[in-house]
Amino acid sequence: MNRFQKAFGKGHPALICFVTAGDGDTAANLDALVAGGADVIELGMPFTDPMADGPAIENANLRALAKGTTTRDILDLARGFRDRHPDVPLVLMGYANPMVRRGADWFARAAKDAGVDGVICVDIPPEEDSELGTHLRGEGLDIIRLATPTTDAARLPAVLDGAGGFLYYVSVAGITGKQQAAMASIETAVAALKARTELPVAVGFGVRTPEQAGAIAAVADGVVVGSALVELIAEHGNAAADPIRELTKALADAVHGARKEIA
Amino acid sequence: METTSQTGMPNSFRNQPDDRGHFGQFGGRYVSETLMPLILDLDREYRAAKEDPAFDAEFQDLLTHYVGRPSPLYFAERLTEELRKDAPDGKGAQIWFKRDELNHTGAHKINNCIGQILLAVRMGKTRIIAETGAGQHGVATATVAARFGLPCVIYMGAKDVKRQQPNVFRMRLLGAKVVPVSSGSATLKDAMNDAMRDWVANVHDTFYIIGTAAGPHPYPEMVRDFQSVIGHEAREQMMQRTGRLPDLLVAAIGGGSNAIGLFHPFLDDADVGMLGIEAAGHGLDKEHAASLAGGSPGILHGNKTYLLQDEDGQIIEGHSISAGLDYPGIGPEHSWLKESGRVDYSHITDKEALDAFQLLCRTEGIIPALEPSHAIAAVVKRAREMPQDAIILANLCGRGDKDIFTVAEALGVEL
Repeated sequence: MNRFQKAFGKGHPALICFVTAGDGDTAANLDALVAGGADVIELGMPFTDPMADGPAIENANLRALAKGTTTRDILDLARGFRDRHPDVPLVLMGYANPMVRRGADWFARAAKDAGVDGVICVDIPPEEDSELGTHLRGEGLDIIRLATPTTDAARLPAVLDGAGGFLYYVSVAGITGKQQAAMASIETAVAALKARTELPVAVGFGVRTPEQAGAIAAVADGVVVGSALVELIAEHGNAAADPIRELTKALADAVHGARKEIA
Repeated sequence: METTSQTGMPNSFRNQPDDRGHFGQFGGRYVSETLMPLILDLDREYRAAKEDPAFDAEFQDLLTHYVGRPSPLYFAERLTEELRKDAPDGKGAQIWFKRDELNHTGAHKINNCIGQILLAVRMGKTRIIAETGAGQHGVATATVAARFGLPCVIYMGAKDVKRQQPNVFRMRLLGAKVVPVSSGSATLKDAMNDAMRDWVANVHDTFYIIGTAAGPHPYPEMVRDFQSVIGHEAREQMMQRTGRLPDLLVAAIGGGSNAIGLFHPFLDDADVGMLGIEAAGHGLDKEHAASLAGGSPGILHGNKTYLLQDEDGQIIEGHSISAGLDYPGIGPEHSWLKESGRVDYSHITDKEALDAFQLLCRTEGIIPALEPSHAIAAVVKRAREMPQDAIILANLCGRGDKDIFTVAEALGVEL
């Protein structure tokens, strides 16, 4: 059983938390996420041109780069996390160019060596999978695919082909950190996805509060929270670990308690 | 499968891209999943429009009666004579210009905007967005949006809004909403990021009119096809006027839409040389915008192409005195044409472009935009090396009215 299977097999829905590498005291923030009860960690790889992100995560990207964060630093953060938390799945999330810069095979090996379990690449669709996904699977890493409200039934098989870890349902057509989709549409979409895949389905984009997270967890296998956490780093700088742990705890309580029967 | 001759060269340089939008290793569709279904839909609609004679008829009609095409082909006799003065004996090629600066709105950008807005209307889209750098594409987009009665939002870097005030006012007069983008470097690439963010949130009703031959497939092909009217006209006009094809085509390149529009119809004419000119800014060892000369392949804004980037794949801001060339990438077909060796690419500095700008004003009574001034500077260098019966054809892709403030500042003149 790999780390993803364990994380989604705890008997309750999973809380998936995102922070940007190099923004604030990232190692302390990652530890705070785990201490607060996060089941899966997404570590954002900063990019100069994060065009799928709203202002909160965009600014986190720019803050991290302004501090001089390099790909090497990100991999070191991942390796440190893996040493401290041997069982928590770690996902690198970001944009194609920093991932393929030294060659996708280099990136796949480096991520593997750093103890990463999976990768989310925002701007490589399944049609261009050979650019990255092939190399990641070759190293035993999962490529986590995104499904969106515009992904229709005809297209879904292409999205699922080669997908691993979990399926990330982007609940709104838009950028990160903005409005949340209506619960009814999320429930319908998750049900439709689950009918087509064995992978756990996690829902993200626009999820900010424990109430929202709990409501989504009632119908999905996981909930992703990013912008709300990143905003705490914007507010508290290098001293964000405590507020991050508190918010994560509240989110985890809501998500884990939403539905006990899931196995 | 690509057919290649025994020399390893393609049998045709005009059959790219493949059906997934690849020009060799370049191009493709690198967009988020939300946009993928829309991009595929756009591709289908574009194929259907290409086959529809009614679509082409309306495109041609608007080019003729609204844009003012065909644009003239002009023999620049005084410039030719001027350059012969200090050329070696028997040297000094004839210089001709394709005068796309005489189009409605003052640049080649309108050709593409007409094509794309017809496609938007055909697809039932009711809202138009675009990015702009210098403001030329923004003005052209605002123009066609007004002509077709569609609301229009233009994203423009806050820095560019400041340095291109006349174009900002033009867009507003035309009814467009201009949104200054202050994130990142606050220039063209950031405007493009924000246009993509708008698009992904409004895919149901919004058409994104991309201004250059870049972005996810089918944009590079589509923009090239709409801009190819430049090369098709030039080819026919040159045959009529001189009975032969030019020896060398020259065009400036930011994203590369005017260049690919001129080059593409000539790509299989083996005797026609081609030269694309990137902006070398303060010099290639300093700040510049020459992605081919000073960059490497990467993925940005929906396509794989040469980019200015650091060793970690972070994008480096471009610099050029010409806001229209100030972009850290280049259209993917140019990346392929460079690697295949069919087109030569070189570069011209801010200073050389400024000199060429003034030279054309004085010798021909034409105030060129700073973008084609880069091409003219390259023509000045090449003409001296070529025999007098050789023909150089350069694309005068925009007029310089918009640039007089920039030029005045660079020359130390207070207006």
